[in-house]
Amino acid sequence: MTAVTAEEATQGAADGAAADAARAEAFDAAVAADDRIEPRDWMPDAYRASLVRQMAQHAHSEIIGMQPEANWISRAPSLRRKAILMAKVQDEAGHGLYLYSAAETLGTSREELLDKLHAGRQRYSSIFNYPTLTWADVGAIGWLVDGAAITNQVPLCRCSYGPYARAMVRICKEESFHQRQGYELLLALSRGTPAQHEMAQDAVNRWWWPSLMMFGPPDDASAHSAQSMAWKIKRHSNDELRRRFVDICVPQAEALGLTLPDPDIRWNEELGQHDYGAIDWTEFQEVLKGNGPCNEERLAQRRRAHEEGAWVRDAAAAYADRHAERPGTSGAAAEPVEATA
Amino acid sequence: MSAALALGDDALVLSHRLGEWAGHAPVLEEEVALANIALDLLGQARMLLSSVGDEDELAFLREERSFRNVQLVEQPNGDFAHTIARQLYFSVYQHLLYEQLAAGTGEFADLATKAVKEVAYHRDHAERWVLRLGDGTAESHERMQNGLDALWRFTGELFRPVEGLDVDGESLHGSWSSAVTSVVERATLRLPSGPQSSAWSAGAGRQGLHTEPFGRMLAEMQHLHRSHPGASW
Amino acid sequence: MSSSTDWPLWEVFVRSRRGLSHTHAGSLHAPDAEMALRNARDLYTRRSEGVSLWVVPSTAITASSPDEKDSFFEPAGDKPYRHPTFYEIPEGVKHL
Repeated sequence: MTAVTAEEATQGAADGAAADAARAEAFDAAVAADDRIEPRDWMPDAYRASLVRQMAQHAHSEIIGMQPEANWISRAPSLRRKAILMAKVQDEAGHGLYLYSAAETLGTSREELLDKLHAGRQRYSSIFNYPTLTWADVGAIGWLVDGAAITNQVPLCRCSYGPYARAMVRICKEESFHQRQGYELLLALSRGTPAQHEMAQDAVNRWWWPSLMMFGPPDDASAHSAQSMAWKIKRHSNDELRRRFVDICVPQAEALGLTLPDPDIRWNEELGQHDYGAIDWTEFQEVLKGNGPCNEERLAQRRRAHEEGAWVRDAAAAYADRHAERPGTSGAAAEPVEATA
Repeated sequence: MSAALALGDDALVLSHRLGEWAGHAPVLEEEVALANIALDLLGQARMLLSSVGDEDELAFLREERSFRNVQLVEQPNGDFAHTIARQLYFSVYQHLLYEQLAAGTGEFADLATKAVKEVAYHRDHAERWVLRLGDGTAESHERMQNGLDALWRFTGELFRPVEGLDVDGESLHGSWSSAVTSVVERATLRLPSGPQSSAWSAGAGRQGLHTEPFGRMLAEMQHLHRSHPGASW
Repeated sequence: MSSSTDWPLWEVFVRSRRGLSHTHAGSLHAPDAEMALRNARDLYTRRSEGVSLWVVPSTAITASSPDEKDSFFEPAGDKPYRHPTFYEIPEGVKHL
């Protein structure tokens, strides 16, 4: 260690502060210019924390979101529907992977995020704490839940953080089939037998309000919204997106021949948008707190899968250590690994 | 008995079992891998069943005794090693079988030509996991050995003649044994030594005789479809 | 909480069709190179997005630092004569 005089130290701190200010200015300018922030760029600690929180919550939602739908894979009523549902649940695992990868670019490992999820210290979307009681719920999730998610996610493709935006581009491309399959599934039920029609209406009745809650608390009560919008992590307010979603769903429900369970929905000529009834925010807060119908089951299954898989992950790691491949030796080729897919 | 039913039911039932892993796999990457295999198999099942009738009627309205899949594929998943043992035994068989069918000129040549590429990947997946679990930790070694041992008695059925399928069962059995032995030995495991089939002279899966868990699997798989007779989905 | 060992991170590069370079697609976890390649195939090419894959341990990548951006990349900015559009060619001259 070199001795540093007090004078030098003061000078150093001043240089550091000046450099920080310059970096902060560059960051603000990049965000203002709609440029992307990349992993190794300087960023405010709070921006980094906010991103990790949001990407983690998003990734957790994808993998917890596999459960309510996987619940119906074994009972899908036709082989075509079974293939679609399996592919969709698989996509959700893939989307979780993309998002954990994006979070890892900020130096937060997937293991760390999963531990936080399993310990109940990070959240996932509350919507997945509702049960899938009938086959029609699979359709309602596709149409309403994925529809709400897409409304939320499309603007994220332009999020200021590059890796998150790129993950979202890939996800949104793949998601478009999810919503359509749900809509098509409900359409088949709605036009099917009276029992099928009733099943579809019942599912829409149960999923409509929780879907509206997916956009988060009203703007005046949202803790993170304003800062996230300033940083362009978020592009539109919760209420703005919620209203957009209602406007999209009203004609879609009509085409389905199903009714949205809100007598207050009507066209507001003056505003050029739909009015809708009051959302029960007490339910939202309660489900968020852990009092939803499936909170415990969802987390318990996730933990169980992770714990029961530990010996498998350990085995593969032990095998890899024992058969360590070094560049230039057999296994990993001296030339870049190639495989035709 | 139609050979298409035998092959189609194998694929359908194994796909169903693999689908049960969704949300339960040991690591996210494996969720994706198992689902890929399940989807390949479901695709094969749909082609095969559609070639002899309505795929949904065949899948959802037949009774247990009319299914022609081997008993191996209907065995419950157990732990991951158990599932991998089932994958190894079946995918090596299916790969060798489809290679033979693809090389021939019979009714399954076209289907096998497409499917053999998928199945080669399933086999590769199973073999790599057998190596990693067998030669991983003491716990994984024991679990992998248990899986191989437990399912061994369902392997003999794979090589019985199937009507309408022009395959040399004996040579298939020979190739299968040497392929499986080689993987098992490299994985520091031991090939089970007991009988490869039960002593029940009535037969096994290809004759519509299944194991007890299969009825419960079908009950779950078929109940929604059967609850709405004539409905379309 | 599990005691399990964390699998290393791999970066995945996909060649979307013959004739194009491999492009970074994302990352994944795998215990070793063989499994990384297979996981990459399952994850990043399940909609026929690729014909060839590379996987590289993330730790093997050395990246330029954003702080060196000026010294790395700016010097190239004032050398327009490296680009063909820098040169004016009389109209009618072909094959240039």
